[in-house]
Amino acid sequence: MHDLPEQLANGLILGAMYGLIAIGYTMVYGIVQLINFAHGEIFMIGGFGALTAWLWLPDGTSLMVALPVMVLMAMTCAILVGIGAERLAYRPLRGGPRLAPLITAIGLSIALQQAIWAFYPDAKKDLSFPQFEGGTVHLAGISLQRGEIFLLVAAPLCMIALAVFVSKSRTGRAMQATSQDPDTAKLMGINTDRIIVTAFAIGAAFAAIAAVAHGLKYGQVSFRMGFIAGLKAFTAAVLGGIGNIYGAMIGGLALGLAEALATAYMADVPGMEQFGGGAWKDVWAFVLLILVLLLRPQGILGERVSDRA
Amino acid sequence: MRHRSLLVLTTAVTAGALTLSACGSRDGGNSGNDSSGGGTTVVIGLDAPLTGDLSALGQGIKNSADLAVKTANKNKEVEGVTFKLTSLDDAAQAGTGQQNATKFVGNDKVLGVIGPLNSHVGESMQKVLANANLVQVSPANTAPQLTQGPEWQDGKKVRPFKTYFRTSTTDAVQGPYAAQYVYNEMKLKSVFVIDDKKTYGAGLAATFKKEFEKLGGKVVATDNVNPEDRDFSAIATKVKNSKADFVYYGGEYPAGAPLTDQIKKAGAKIPVVGGDALFSGDYIKLAKKNSEGDMATSVGAPLETLDTAKEFMKNYKAAGYKLPYEAYGGYAYDSTWAIVEAVKAVVEKNDGKLPENADETRKQITEAMQDVSFSGVTGDVSFDEFGDTTNRQLSVYKVKDGKHVPAKTGEFKG
Repeated sequence: MHDLPEQLANGLILGAMYGLIAIGYTMVYGIVQLINFAHGEIFMIGGFGALTAWLWLPDGTSLMVALPVMVLMAMTCAILVGIGAERLAYRPLRGGPRLAPLITAIGLSIALQQAIWAFYPDAKKDLSFPQFEGGTVHLAGISLQRGEIFLLVAAPLCMIALAVFVSKSRTGRAMQATSQDPDTAKLMGINTDRIIVTAFAIGAAFAAIAAVAHGLKYGQVSFRMGFIAGLKAFTAAVLGGIGNIYGAMIGGLALGLAEALATAYMADVPGMEQFGGGAWKDVWAFVLLILVLLLRPQGILGERVSDRA
Repeated sequence: MRHRSLLVLTTAVTAGALTLSACGSRDGGNSGNDSSGGGTTVVIGLDAPLTGDLSALGQGIKNSADLAVKTANKNKEVEGVTFKLTSLDDAAQAGTGQQNATKFVGNDKVLGVIGPLNSHVGESMQKVLANANLVQVSPANTAPQLTQGPEWQDGKKVRPFKTYFRTSTTDAVQGPYAAQYVYNEMKLKSVFVIDDKKTYGAGLAATFKKEFEKLGGKVVATDNVNPEDRDFSAIATKVKNSKADFVYYGGEYPAGAPLTDQIKKAGAKIPVVGGDALFSGDYIKLAKKNSEGDMATSVGAPLETLDTAKEFMKNYKAAGYKLPYEAYGGYAYDSTWAIVEAVKAVVEKNDGKLPENADETRKQITEAMQDVSFSGVTGDVSFDEFGDTTNRQLSVYKVKDGKHVPAKTGEFKG
């Protein structure tokens, strides 16, 4: 167990990334009760946006200088696709049967993935993403990769910013109102269409930051990266209590920790030798999800809301 | 309760999506034109991952086979016969490979199949092709059970399908060869073994481990990964703290590259050693500097050192293919050429033309394949009683200055 601090750090870093993506699922669900399955693809497009910015910049630009441009570009691409998806794919179906937007989301996800596969140059295989120069940073007995520091700084900042925005700003409070009761919110003069677009845009922006972090950490992006990441983030959102933005982050961290600890220690538990190892980590992550949903169906931070409709 | 049930439904749909996406994409075969100006057209089917993350290797196979077909037509290798290549994409999925095999069987003009790349795909294609007596020559399958039956390790070697041949050597020698090289020549005595639980990866890791322990080396730990994963931070930390001298990875480069990258970033400056599926330029492209010092074994001698390969490399360049021939190009060329030779033998046997009946032709070609012998790109090509190549050369390559450099070539002695 001597490597526990490092494994905890691994889990927290992975979890913070899941959490950032999960925000997008949870915000959209909280307001329109839609699982936006294309969100994983919005994350992926953020990654490709950042890579495109890097390739456009002149050769030899330092990554520190390029990073803000890359983040900006990633966010722009992701937000445009997110808003476009809302406007073109989901809004026409609002008020229709609940299954319709869900199926549309899955279709949109496949379409976006295949679009990148077909039209982005050379994207049929994994593309390499720029990396920070220099070795590992040692901090209190934990070795961190340079790429992870971006995530460690960005994730808490994003969470604080979001918390302040939702609880203090006018739009944020309008968001809460819309999520509680869209019809009454409309009667009170809230432009609910605008609120929904805002939720999609914020979710996409967070996914874009996660995508840049993903690229920096793993050194590659691929047209398929949104699928697994999206699935994990969706799990994190459900685990933390879907609809609750703090729950998304907590759920992400719990999932990341579960994966790291299962990989590291499950094989040491007597009788569990054959269930240890990296290939089983998803199994343990989902066992955790099932346990939480059995004991607390609303998720870790979710509130038992009386069902509307 | 509408929302709760929606959530349950959503979860079910997610699981469905997971399964669906595993089926992968498929793109249509290359439909070339049939105009051959008289004579018979013989179609050679090719199955390889032409898309997805193993596409670098798959496209190399396709281009090399294409070159062989073009060369055979240009030289009028078989009088009165024009060869045509039809390529199908299996996206490295066993199910898709099997569907492709069925398609080849259904087309009477297909008289031989090249491929696939992946051993688990090969496993799923074998029976379909064998039932139709359609000969298959794989340039890259290395799992021993494909030719020697599931109990090969206990010495009970039984050839399961007489239509299956391969020009690559097997993991039964590749894993042990790596073990001997690392133990005897690199003097590295303790290893952390990781595999991806696929037919190829797990088999390779097992044969490596057995030989390494026999030599006196120490396996400090074993672990496994999902080939689709890109986060290996937890395993990388385990590797670092295990203080192993090196890592042996049984798996392919799409997961192997981020794995080696993350192991080094975690602070373990030890080489990752693997099989021929790490022997790709993309491995270095993805892991960048962190791939320095890593090693990969591959079947055969390096093409650059073989006189027979020089012409292949020259012609490949002249043909202007966009992508390099990669690890299996030479073998794909030889596999294709073996089919050309088998067709030639059948034509000669039947007084200058192929039998009318397609089933009969397929049967005769399969029989002729057993006796094929010619000097190919990778050396002398012929097959033993199991359908394995008689060429048992292996090489170790080391990543140096961003390139795979040959470190040693030899024959495995058990």
